[in-house]
Order: sequence, then C-alpha cells, then structure tokens
Amino acid sequence: MTWFKKDEEQKEKREEPKPSDHLWVKCNSCNEIIYRKVIERNLQVCPKCNYHFQIPAQRRIDCVADPGTFIEYDVNLISTDPLEFKDSKRYPSRVKESQEKTGHKDAVICGEARIEGQPAMIGIFEFNFMGGSLGSVVGEKITRLIERAIEKKSGVIIFCASGGARMQEGILSLMQMAKTSAALAKLHEARIPYISVLTDPTTGGVSASIAMLGDVIIAEPKAMIGFAGPRVIKETIRAELPEGFQRAEYLLDHGMVDLIVERKDLRHTLASLLEMLKLES
Amino acid sequence: MVKHYLEFEKPLVEMEREIENLKRFSRGNPLYFREQLKSLEEKLHRLQKEIFSNLTGWQITQLARHIDRPKASHYVQWMCEGFVELHGDRNYGDDPAILGGMARFNGRPVTIIAHQKGADAKEMAYRNFGMPHPEGYRKALRLMKLAELFKKPVLTMIDTPGAFPGVGAEERGQAEAIARNLRMMVVLRTPIITVVIGEGGSGGALAIGVGDRILMLEHSIYSVISPEGCAAILWKDGEKGKEVAAESLKLTAADLSRLGVIDEIVKEPLGGAHRDAEGMARILKEVVERHLKELEKMDEEELLSLRYEKFRRMGTFIDDGGT
Ligand SMILES: [Zn+2]
Repeated sequence: MTWFKKDEEQKEKREEPKPSDHLWVKCNSCNEIIYRKVIERNLQVCPKCNYHFQIPAQRRIDCVADPGTFIEYDVNLISTDPLEFKDSKRYPSRVKESQEKTGHKDAVICGEARIEGQPAMIGIFEFNFMGGSLGSVVGEKITRLIERAIEKKSGVIIFCASGGARMQEGILSLMQMAKTSAALAKLHEARIPYISVLTDPTTGGVSASIAMLGDVIIAEPKAMIGFAGPRVIKETIRAELPEGFQRAEYLLDHGMVDLIVERKDLRHTLASLLEMLKLES
Repeated sequence: MVKHYLEFEKPLVEMEREIENLKRFSRGNPLYFREQLKSLEEKLHRLQKEIFSNLTGWQITQLARHIDRPKASHYVQWMCEGFVELHGDRNYGDDPAILGGMARFNGRPVTIIAHQKGADAKEMAYRNFGMPHPEGYRKALRLMKLAELFKKPVLTMIDTPGAFPGVGAEERGQAEAIARNLRMMVVLRTPIITVVIGEGGSGGALAIGVGDRILMLEHSIYSVISPEGCAAILWKDGEKGKEVAAESLKLTAADLSRLGVIDEIVKEPLGGAHRDAEGMARILKEVVERHLKELEKMDEEELLSLRYEKFRRMGTFIDDGGT
C-alpha cells in the first residue's frame, strides 16, 4: 500500500459541520466525541475505548525520552524531485505543505536519547508528513541512525506510523526498503538490539521492512498493521474481512508481534527490554 | 504467428499476415514474387523499428505483461540444463507462484528462484498469476540459504504484479516474510543476480530482488505501484489515468538505469521478447554469464561490501548540513 490522501475524503471531512472542531475530537475506534484536552492529557489515548490516537513526533519524544536528553540528528536532509512528479500538485509543493504543517523537513525524526537512563537511538515517523511515507530522506535518515547505533553500540527504537511507499519518488522509494533493511542486517550482525514499535497505522513498504524486522516488535493497542490495505484485499477476494482484521490484537493472536503495550507503559517496557537484551560487555 | 497482440502491434501483425499470404500464394513461382516479398519484409522491419523506438510507458507496461511474453520457466528451460524443482517452505506449504530449484548454468550448478506467472489460463490460475503468499517468500529464503550453505550462486527472476493481497497472506505475515528476505539477501554469502523479465511489482518483487547485479529486459517494468493503482489514487480516472501514471512513475528499464537502480538493460529482439523467445533466452544467457564471471572472481568480503554499498547509495536528497 502506498501513502495517499484522496481529494474526495478530504472534501468529505471539510464539509462535515464541526463548529467546535478545535475543542472536540471523534474517536476513530468507538466514535465517541471527546473533549480534546481530555485526550491530550491522556497521552492521546481515548478514555472510553483505549484507542491510541496518532501522536506528533515531538509528543512521542516527550512520552518516552528522559527530559532534556533527546538530541536530533540530520535535521537538514531535504528531498529532491527525482521523477519530476506531478499529479494535481507538484511533488515539491506537497513536501512544502507538509513541512509547514508539521514543522519538520520530512517524515521521520531521528536522534539519540535516554530512556530511564538507557541510551538509545530513536526514530519516529511523523504520519502528518505525507502519511509518514518512505521517501529517500526517510530511508537515509534511518540508515544513518542505524549506522550511528552500530558505532556507539546503543540499541535502536523506531516508532512506525506510515502508509508505506512514497509514490512521488517511484522506484527510489521502493529501494529504501532494501536500503534500511541492509542497515538493519548490519545492526543484527553487530548484535545490537532493535525494537520496533508499530503505531496506527503501519502498512505497505514500511511494514514490509523496518516495522517487521524488530528483534522485538511492540504494537500499540488497536493499531492497524498490515502489508496490503484492507480496501485492496476486499476488492481482490470479494469477501468481508474478519472481525478485528489487521489490528494489533489480531496480529498478536497470529504470532506476528511480541506484545501490545499501552502508551503509558511504553517508556518502562522499552527501557527494561533494552537493558535485558543488550550484550554483556 | 503470434497468438495475441496489443493494439499498437496491430499494423505489424497485419503486415506479417500479408507476407505469410504472399509466401503461400507464391509457392509455385517463388522467383516471380521475390522482389515484392523482399520489399514487404523491409517495410515490416522499418515499421517495427519505428514503433518500438517510440514506446510510451504504458505501451511498455503492456509489453511487460504480454500474455505471450516468455515466463521464468521458459528461461530455466532455455538457459539451463537439468533443472530440479524444489518445493515448500518446511513450515506451512508450497507456493506455486514462486518457482525454485537447482540447475546447471553453462555447466555450473546454480540456485534458481523466480516468480512464475503461468503461460496459459490454467497455469495462471495454478500459479496465482505470480502473486506469492508468505510461504512463497519463505521457500525463496530457504533455497537461498541452501545456496549459501553449498556455495552456489543465485539467479532470481522477477515477474509479478505484486505480493498477494489476501486474508491468509496477511495472517501468515506477508510483511514479515518480505522484510526478512530483504535483510537476509543483503548478507547472503554467495553471488546473487536478479533479472526483471516482465513485471516488477513493488515489495513483492523486491523480496527476491536484492542482488549484486540487477538487470532488466528492455521492455520490462519495475515500479513501487502499478500504473492502475497509482491512477486510482491520484488521477481517479483509472482508464485515462493509467497512461499518465505509467509515464509519471518512471518505471521502464531506461528510467531505472537513469535513476541508478539497475546495472544493465538487456536488449530484446526487435518486436519484443515474445516474438523470439528462444533468441531472448540466448541473449540473456550471455549477459548473465558475463556478470556471473565477474562476481565469481570476488571474494566473499568484497562481494558483500559492494552489495551493501550498492543499496546504501540508493535515493536522492540534499544534505544541508548539521549533525
Ligand atoms: Zn474510543
């Protein structure tokens, strides 16, 4: 599956009368209308049904890293337009829009931090940046992060949130799957732990590379995780999909993830896993 | 005679019929028609050259998927001797969408792994149109490990619309199976040559495509998404949009060569591989042999570090500095 945003869907959203849009949020899972502040205070988790909303990269850092320990790397990697891709908009103007919306140069933020004292290299996908799609900049930043981890012998944690490949970079986007997997192969050989955290949604090319290569794979509750999108599967097999299909709990049942961890417990779980997994020196 | 033809091949097929007819008609008096036949054949050749030097992205996509285009099993048959097919992933089942086994290539044993689309309706259904399930990728992985253990080079052939999007495929870990292959192929301690022979559809293609050499037949395609899929998302009008998408995605062998993704474009016989399937296999065999010889000269460490560097370099970006 590839990242996209259908104009139609955007329109529908815009036309929905929501006068108090800034104050109230509708839960994607239980459809409950909840006061935004309540969700924000609750780590972006629905108090009714425990659905874990997408969370901006910066807030994610605040949630897991020890205060003041995060140092960002490679802030200034910027995408080019290798295909000169243009649909209703040119690729560079889509990138610019996302940059303005998120305050980031591309769809992943990488750096080092400490988690309950444990040093870690962390990468966080920013879904609001073109659906967290895997372009050349994302691939390069993650590769550099992993190479630094090998150099410094510190564990890697990547928080995935992505629709998959970045269509606008064509085959070069696909090759980022091989590139990041190559770096992870080196990490594996160096016997440095890698924990992937799959958040809502983790699909397509990112699921079939970075996400599923964790030595330990953690999922957030109810996160959508899969290779093909549910719509494509439904159209292909012409049948209804099973209840809970491609949700974190379903993947746990099928042996595809190690554990599901609630956001409030994530920091501690990550720290203790990092500590127990690392090689004794 | 060709069995099926595409819209833009029609003038060629018509002219070929004309030549056939004239040949039949002139059987009693070949000398008398010789000049006429010769001029018709020259005309055909010119027309072929003209059409095939100006193909659009969409036309190349159609050629890459041409029903008569030689499939992986054809190349196994015409480039190798003594193929022994090996089945199963030792875990769940055997996936006919992936063809795998051992064969001799110019005398030396090699491991073959390929998407097999199927040559006719019956085989296509059996092979699931070359769209693998996780067990197909896990069979591929198992055979690559076998190749590594016994130090045999690996030849993979890519020809798939993509990994199969289905409930069972997801439940059994399609994403995990693909991801694991990517990571494993990078460090496999034996040479790997990958040839895109038809359609290279996204992650489902790449899962057997992390090679020391990536070659593409002249009229094959390799893309992050199908033109139809891309059109449905970005242009909505799937019918008209797919032609624009095929152009925009830059999915031809020439495009991929320009983007630095592939190592060589393998010329096809005039009119495409399906017009001279045996000729195509002869050409490909020579090219593969040349690359294999180069790779066999390298020691393992050199091979692996070059392979890592090859994929490490992929992508384009601007680095404006800072840590
Ligand atoms: Zn809820």
